Amino acid sequence: MSAAAARADAGTAVARVRGLRKSYGDREVVAGVDLELFAGECFGLLGPNGAGKTTTLKLCLGLVEPDGGSIDLFGYDLPRQAREARQRVGVVPQVDSLDPDFTVSENLLVFGRYFGLSDAQVKARIPDLLEFANLSGRGDAKIQALSGGMKRRLTLARALVNDPDLVILDEPTTGLDPQARHVIWDRLKQLTAQGKTLLLTTHFMEEAERLCTRLSVLDQGRVIATGEPRALIAEHIEPQVVEVYGDGVDEWASAHAAPLSERCERTGETVFCYAHDAGPLVASLAAWPGLRHLHRPANLEDLFLKLTGREMRD
Amino acid sequence: MAADAQSRRTVARASPWRLPAFSLRALHVWRRNFLVWRKLAIPSMLGNFADPAFYMLALGYGLGGLLPAVDGLPYIAFLAAGTICYSTMNTATFEALYSAFSRMHVQRTWDAILNAPLSLDDIVTGEALWAATKSLFSGVAILVVVWLLGLADSWRVLWLVPLALLVGLCFASLGLIVTALAPSYDFFMYYFTLVVTPMMLVCGVFFPVAQLPDWLQSVSSVLPLTHAVAIARPLLAGEVPGQVLLHVAVLAGYGLVAFHIALVLARRRLLR
Repeated sequence: MSAAAARADAGTAVARVRGLRKSYGDREVVAGVDLELFAGECFGLLGPNGAGKTTTLKLCLGLVEPDGGSIDLFGYDLPRQAREARQRVGVVPQVDSLDPDFTVSENLLVFGRYFGLSDAQVKARIPDLLEFANLSGRGDAKIQALSGGMKRRLTLARALVNDPDLVILDEPTTGLDPQARHVIWDRLKQLTAQGKTLLLTTHFMEEAERLCTRLSVLDQGRVIATGEPRALIAEHIEPQVVEVYGDGVDEWASAHAAPLSERCERTGETVFCYAHDAGPLVASLAAWPGLRHLHRPANLEDLFLKLTGREMRD
Repeated sequence: MAADAQSRRTVARASPWRLPAFSLRALHVWRRNFLVWRKLAIPSMLGNFADPAFYMLALGYGLGGLLPAVDGLPYIAFLAAGTICYSTMNTATFEALYSAFSRMHVQRTWDAILNAPLSLDDIVTGEALWAATKSLFSGVAILVVVWLLGLADSWRVLWLVPLALLVGLCFASLGLIVTALAPSYDFFMYYFTLVVTPMMLVCGVFFPVAQLPDWLQSVSSVLPLTHAVAIARPLLAGEVPGQVLLHVAVLAGYGLVAFHIALVLARRRLLR
């Protein structure tokens, strides 16, 4: 789809998920999820481990039979019309599934065949795909010779071999170093600029904040918040945050934190104070030389921790 | 929103026992495996062809020199038919076990393919066809050796080509059952030790089934390899095998039932 067509298309729903449910044994992993994706947006699914993100994606690809609810992708009813729907989707899975028996180019060629593309069609696309993945000149390299970042970029290129309208990415930057992560972010922004719709899961809040036009926070199989990242933060979190840690943090907290902040939480050795005006709170720290602090605007991580709690999920 | 009737509807779930849905897209999976095989054809052929060929030559001439005619044939001619059948079985079995398991579980090739517009039915079908193709290669390779040795002088031996494909499909399907159940490579040892090796020993590959005690002959008579050998041996001797329909029906029956079971198990394992 061209960028112009995508803009004309903006506002039309690419995917509509209603009341989606899926249980494994007694555990309801997806417990009534509603989602709506519009053309050209980058939609994030955020949630702690075990929140149901990956299962939701698999349901949206028609790879898992739902127990209830409906999934509509490009007007196709899933899982019944999964084949037709997947023809227009590209997938970047969480776990590397590049074909180790093939070179970089062969991976793209063979994957293109799965979509019914002729070898000539795929070969014509390979130079562009390699350039997009920053792998030009590496077409004959073996997969084993690629770094983690290169593999992930090739996986992204592989997901684009059929020129999909929707790209689904399951934790696309997990396990990558910061440089490699920034390259992936840059490429994903290029894709949205081209008019592709993206659906991604992540637990990197910075990633979600940078990339996502809208997002849903998922917890225990339910959507607990949906909206634009900045709007969600403004709705749920005080605008300023002071993180305080060091010797005597408990004494300082009981003396100042509660009266000078609207909300105060402790995680490990750090006290998080939330306020509309953090000035008096920061001023109070001057008399506590043993303490260190960080004064910053509220971010998505604060929202995420408020909505899903601070305890470990495993 | 969540309360409206549509979102509350319970989806009519597709049973894992539903019949296979065949499509030509299975050939994409076959082509993928063929492309890999082309790169590794020499070591692959050595394992599937040279190994049984050496056994056939060494036992056929070495042991055969000590033996009178077996079932009216020189021992090497007797052994040739059995070798074609068991090498076909072995090739399909290895491919459907180790190689398919690598693609399904270790390399996640099946997962990647499922993200494209292919179904698990396509993948399992493609794997079975591919394993059968490989066993066809090794069956034909042995047949060529047999022909070069002057042990196959009738055009009837060409019927061994479709037979190798049928035997390959039968054992590929049986093997895919084991693969769909396997937690790791170690699991395959059960199948080899308890099924494949006994089958090679009691199905008339190395000696006539009639040499076995009655109870073991009864066991042998229900095993698929026996029926493959029963077709292959007369063909190689230039004769028309008896009860062809029965033997073909047993091989096809094993293959079809096993294929469906393998597919159901794979659906339960992967589409959840």
